[in-house]
Amino acid sequence: MDFAVVINNVGFLIFQGFLGLGNFTGGTLRLAVPAIIFGFILGIFIGMGRLARSRWIYLPATLYVEFFRGVPLVMVIFWFWFIIPVVVGKSLPEYSVALAAFVIFEAAYFGEIVRAGIQSVPRGQAEAATATGLTRAQTMRHVILPQALRNMIPSLVTQCIVLLKDTSLASIIGYVDLTKAAQIVNNREIRPFELYLFIAVIYWLCSYGMSRYARHIERRLAVNPA
Amino acid sequence: MIEFRDVDKWFGSLHVLKRINLKVSGGEVVVVCGPSGSGKSTLIRCVNRLESIQSGEIIVDGQSLLDPKFDPSKLRTDVGMVFQSFNLYPHMTVLQNITLAPTKVKGLAAGEAEKVAKELLDRVGIPDKAGVYPANLSGGQQQRVAIARALAMKPKIMLFDEPTSALDPEMINEVLEVMTDLAHDGMTMVVVTHEMGFARRVAHRVVFMDEGQIIEEGKPETFFGAPQSPRAQQFLGKILSH
Ligand SMILES: Nc1ncnc2c1ncn2[C@@H]1O[C@H](COP(=O)(O)OP(=O)(O)OP(=O)(O)O)[C@@H](O)[C@H]1O
Ligand SMILES: [Mg+2]
Repeated sequence: MDFAVVINNVGFLIFQGFLGLGNFTGGTLRLAVPAIIFGFILGIFIGMGRLARSRWIYLPATLYVEFFRGVPLVMVIFWFWFIIPVVVGKSLPEYSVALAAFVIFEAAYFGEIVRAGIQSVPRGQAEAATATGLTRAQTMRHVILPQALRNMIPSLVTQCIVLLKDTSLASIIGYVDLTKAAQIVNNREIRPFELYLFIAVIYWLCSYGMSRYARHIERRLAVNPA
Repeated sequence: MIEFRDVDKWFGSLHVLKRINLKVSGGEVVVVCGPSGSGKSTLIRCVNRLESIQSGEIIVDGQSLLDPKFDPSKLRTDVGMVFQSFNLYPHMTVLQNITLAPTKVKGLAAGEAEKVAKELLDRVGIPDKAGVYPANLSGGQQQRVAIARALAMKPKIMLFDEPTSALDPEMINEVLEVMTDLAHDGMTMVVVTHEMGFARRVAHRVVFMDEGQIIEEGKPETFFGAPQSPRAQQFLGKILSH
């Protein structure tokens, strides 16, 4: 075993593959972080939509969730890659396509987490807020969502970890993420064991870091518990 | 102040309120009692529109709930409600629990709302708990905060749904005392409770419900002393034998 290959290519692996600061379009974090943020924001609306009274809201929201949960992410990425140019008339850069596909796909999962989180808040909470005159939106914003969010943390973290690891699927449209970067180096150096072990450690550190951080937040919120 | 006119309510095929006629005047304290499932909670939840009705009419403080211009949010600022399970917001301090609605619904400035909240905490006997989270309060204290939260909107009517049923016996009185004070201050109150001592001392009228109907109503001394209907007699026999 010779880890010199990792040391010699660490710049490419980390800056290009992991952070996305290299010459190629790519970067695991550069895709994962905005995908998590925007996917979650869209997910909040989808999750609330799933609980709406009006069928004009909950039917589309439900359809959205059922549809995107039922198809593989790779396929969504492919669709966006091949269909957007047909619809828009010009091809979009890999980054935009990958980000759009991730946000739209992951929002279905985040939406389900948000829905479950909202439903985990006892009904009496909304009733008490309503009884004091708060509108439905105010009740949601000030009473339900803050409690729901706290209950969602464990599932949210799991989903974020899954998303982070799934970003490697973007390599099918030429996006150079961490896995793709390792593959490029390996094609030249033929040191699969060292290279893939190295990126495994990086993925693992990220995932572990996220779950540690989540536990920290949960504990801090538990100081004023339900 | 509150008037039910031929009110009917169904949950699906379950007929929970049957032709209810009831009038509560300003300043009156009405206790509602009856067996479990008789529709007591549903009855008072119709007053602030937590439940809708299928026929009949309810008029609260001159506003008909059937009026097309009727605004439930406005109505709810005039009607406070206290629940069996307190329903305090666990992620907010006592002070935040009380100031939320006055600031968001009435647009009161934060400082003003806090001043009102502190006066109310004083009134319910827990002036030192403003910064505490509900989880760190006893049941009796939580229910008193819930009363303060409802009073913060300066309601004209207060609804209580079994406010002491979830409390340990030694805490029941501290909550009943607050309610008694409120009654003596002239608040219009509808109280679902099985606390017969409270009903005797404080209520102007007792309403007995069974299977969605008002079976009997009358002054506390008459109702408890000489209930007319067999169902009321049976019910009182049961709760007094405890
Ligand atoms: N949201 C609901 N959906 C369907 N049925 C309901 C609902 N709420 C209440 N009910 C039913 O309506 C009937 C009256 O209920 P309600 O809660 O008003 O009774 P209650 O007199 O308050 O009883 P308790 O003393 O147990 O609180 C019961 O049979 C109950 O099961
Ligand atoms: Mg009840």
